[in-house]
Amino acid sequence: MSSVTRHVLDNGMVVLLKEVRNAPIISWRVMYRVGSRNERTGITGVSHWVEHMMFKGTDKFPPGVLDKAIDRVGGSWNASTWIDTTAYYETLPAQHIDLALEAEADRMINAKFDPEEVESERTVIISERQGSENSPFFWLAEEVQAAAFRVHGYHHEIIGDMIDLETMTRDDLYQHYKAHYAPNNAVAVAVGDFDSAAMLDRIKALYGALPSGEPVRLFQRPEPPQQGERRVTVERPSGSPLVIVGYRAPAALDADFFPMEMVASLLCGADSVGGSGIDNKTSRLYKALVATELAASVDGGVYPTIDPFLFLIYMTVREGADPEAVIAALDAEIERLRSGDVTEAELARVKKQARALFAYSTERITTQASLLANAEILGDHLWYEQYFDKLNAVTLEQVKAAAAAYLRPQTRTVGVLVPTGGDGDAEYGDGDYADDAMSDDEA
Amino acid sequence: MTLTQPHPTLSLPGAHNIHRETLPNGIVVLVYENFAAQSVVISGSIRAGSQFETPAQNGLASLTASALLRGTAQYDFDTINERLESAAADLDFGGAVHRTSFSGKALAEDLPLLIDLLAEAVRRPAFPAAQIERLRGELLTFLNIRQQDTRYRAGRAFSETLFPPDHPYHYSTRGTLETVPTLSVDDLTAFHARHYGPAGMILVIVGAVKADEALRIVRDGLGDWTNAAQPEPPSIPQVEPLRETRRAAVGLAGKTQSDIVLGVVGPSRFAPDYQAASLANSVLGQFGMMGRIGHSVRETLGLAYYAYSALDGGYAPSPWSVTAGVNPANVELAIARITDELRRLSSEPISADDLADNQSYFTGRLPLQLETNEGIAGSILNMEIYGLGLDYLVTYRDRIYALTADDVLAAARQYLTPDALVIAVAGPA
Repeated sequence: MSSVTRHVLDNGMVVLLKEVRNAPIISWRVMYRVGSRNERTGITGVSHWVEHMMFKGTDKFPPGVLDKAIDRVGGSWNASTWIDTTAYYETLPAQHIDLALEAEADRMINAKFDPEEVESERTVIISERQGSENSPFFWLAEEVQAAAFRVHGYHHEIIGDMIDLETMTRDDLYQHYKAHYAPNNAVAVAVGDFDSAAMLDRIKALYGALPSGEPVRLFQRPEPPQQGERRVTVERPSGSPLVIVGYRAPAALDADFFPMEMVASLLCGADSVGGSGIDNKTSRLYKALVATELAASVDGGVYPTIDPFLFLIYMTVREGADPEAVIAALDAEIERLRSGDVTEAELARVKKQARALFAYSTERITTQASLLANAEILGDHLWYEQYFDKLNAVTLEQVKAAAAAYLRPQTRTVGVLVPTGGDGDAEYGDGDYADDAMSDDEA
Repeated sequence: MTLTQPHPTLSLPGAHNIHRETLPNGIVVLVYENFAAQSVVISGSIRAGSQFETPAQNGLASLTASALLRGTAQYDFDTINERLESAAADLDFGGAVHRTSFSGKALAEDLPLLIDLLAEAVRRPAFPAAQIERLRGELLTFLNIRQQDTRYRAGRAFSETLFPPDHPYHYSTRGTLETVPTLSVDDLTAFHARHYGPAGMILVIVGAVKADEALRIVRDGLGDWTNAAQPEPPSIPQVEPLRETRRAAVGLAGKTQSDIVLGVVGPSRFAPDYQAASLANSVLGQFGMMGRIGHSVRETLGLAYYAYSALDGGYAPSPWSVTAGVNPANVELAIARITDELRRLSSEPISADDLADNQSYFTGRLPLQLETNEGIAGSILNMEIYGLGLDYLVTYRDRIYALTADDVLAAARQYLTPDALVIAVAGPA
């Protein structure tokens, strides 16, 4: 990546600018230092719900106005809530970028949280959670995370617990917004086809006068050390058993993060922080689980997070296979790596893969802006800029040490989804499912 | 103020910069040079879709496509994947109704690798028995999981009700839990021998490669491929118009949300009113956060996290449908509101503002669509598959701005029949 410039406005807002002149488009992203990890019991899911409310209008841009304005110029916009952050972006044809700059400056301060809109959105968000609940995978992932984190806010799903979605009030949402949405808790990033000096002037004009709030106090509770393996079982109708194993992983700025990224790539296949992926049929776990016909698929990786999170491995148990056999085969591979069975050639290979995938990921300016904003919030805006160098610096000894330290059974959580009867089993021998499952009810 | 320096007019892919060559064996190769990124993307298709399979062999075309990289005459499974993954390259095949498609990505210097493996896979697959069994088990696991997916099941029930059993769109290209176990290696081998060939094959290459060099690599790998057995595609049966609404329901244990898919048979991509219907669809369930349906079902009533419409527009008349996920208690209300919007769109002309907004949306989004090699390759592939001409994007603006509100109303009226819909719902048992 080419050079990024970093600026801090008087009100505390951090601005990162990067010119990319390949296409006449610009991506603008405002990311706030608050995510689901900062939520107390009783208001889990508040960050995500507030994110939804940010699309519900201000005096300047009433509901729906920006949806149309952005589509009208051929842009895209969206938002995402993550365990560490909440982010909003627009990617627009370059000549229209002012629309994005104005929209984010406005809703940083002026979102209305109209009570009727809050109630209408409550059912939308409950519907979002119910849609997730239709997937057995969601139930297992939720239980694994909850078991892995007893104290830390990483313990609940970003969408929040259903009881909180049913009971949270407009005041809860508005308080969360006012406590966390301010220039001194925001990182703003532009990547694309612009002149940095002119862009910075415009950003200062629109954001420089926004009042900084009280110093932001984030709700944080560190997770105490784990004292032994944790196991959870979920029993639900499902087409197949699933297994999720989560090992404790280092935070992004921990010196062990990059060695652990290499460990994850060796086991689960090449992965990139930007979301690009390739197949993983040469990975150790594919060979141990899928090629042996114990699992139908395996996937996994580590995530650059503020606090130590998890190295998660997802396994779909193959039809007719036993989840315990999958876990036993996984254990054998983990022990092999922990015992130091890894070569320089393997390490060089995963480094090359990671470099290429990183190059693919950064072909989109929207991804670049996301990576840069996240880096700043992790605590080092050069984190991604120096990604190659940090990867390359990882030694074989560091990989071995990371495997030995982090892949301990005592600090992992194992989750198994056990399919229950009902449709999951009945579908098997039913002949043409269309005959029994569908009925023509002529209206 | 000006934030951006004057930028040359967006350089659209067109006849002037797409290198198109038809090889003597019929393969059409299109190359677009883009040195802005380090990668190269290939995208294309072969005339070997599920329309050539019988209902009893449902899933054959798709399983054949999935099996191409499980071993070839020259390379075994591990060698193929070692070559791809050590270069951080990717190559995938997937079966659809009319065509089997493929896509690949690599660093630009590895284009020869992608083309070599593409050529090996489509010309000399070995279909090793042990690998096919492994693949079959993976597929059956996937099909079992899919049977529990309300969104999939609603869509499936919709297609099965909308299209009769003699129509290829009636079936899932992936096959079923009943048909997939019966497909043999001999079936795959025979399907490949008959349907894989250069006639009708399209290959698009976009990325940091010189066109001359890319064309040479393709000629070397695929230029001498022949297959005299390749049949012409079968004709697709006409679908009788619906005379009244038909409903289908799927009940699954352990579900908390219902998925609704409702709609009609819409235009093919070749229909003269396709573009007008596409704009009508945008008004209905796309523009401005999911159009009128999003406004009614999500924003006003708060019924759904997702509610949108889609116009498929393929080779034959294809679904024009609305999809929504709602609480089971709200299914009928959501259906009623969606039907109201279909009725309104097919009876009242859209406003001048709606027309202008959507024209602006259609033309304005080109720069974003064409940001990546994948986006450019997809656009070029569409131009070739549907015979749109290489200057399709160059003349696109004129075509969109020629549309009138009357055109849009006529297209909506032609296809959207609010009193004769297929409505499929999958939810709690």
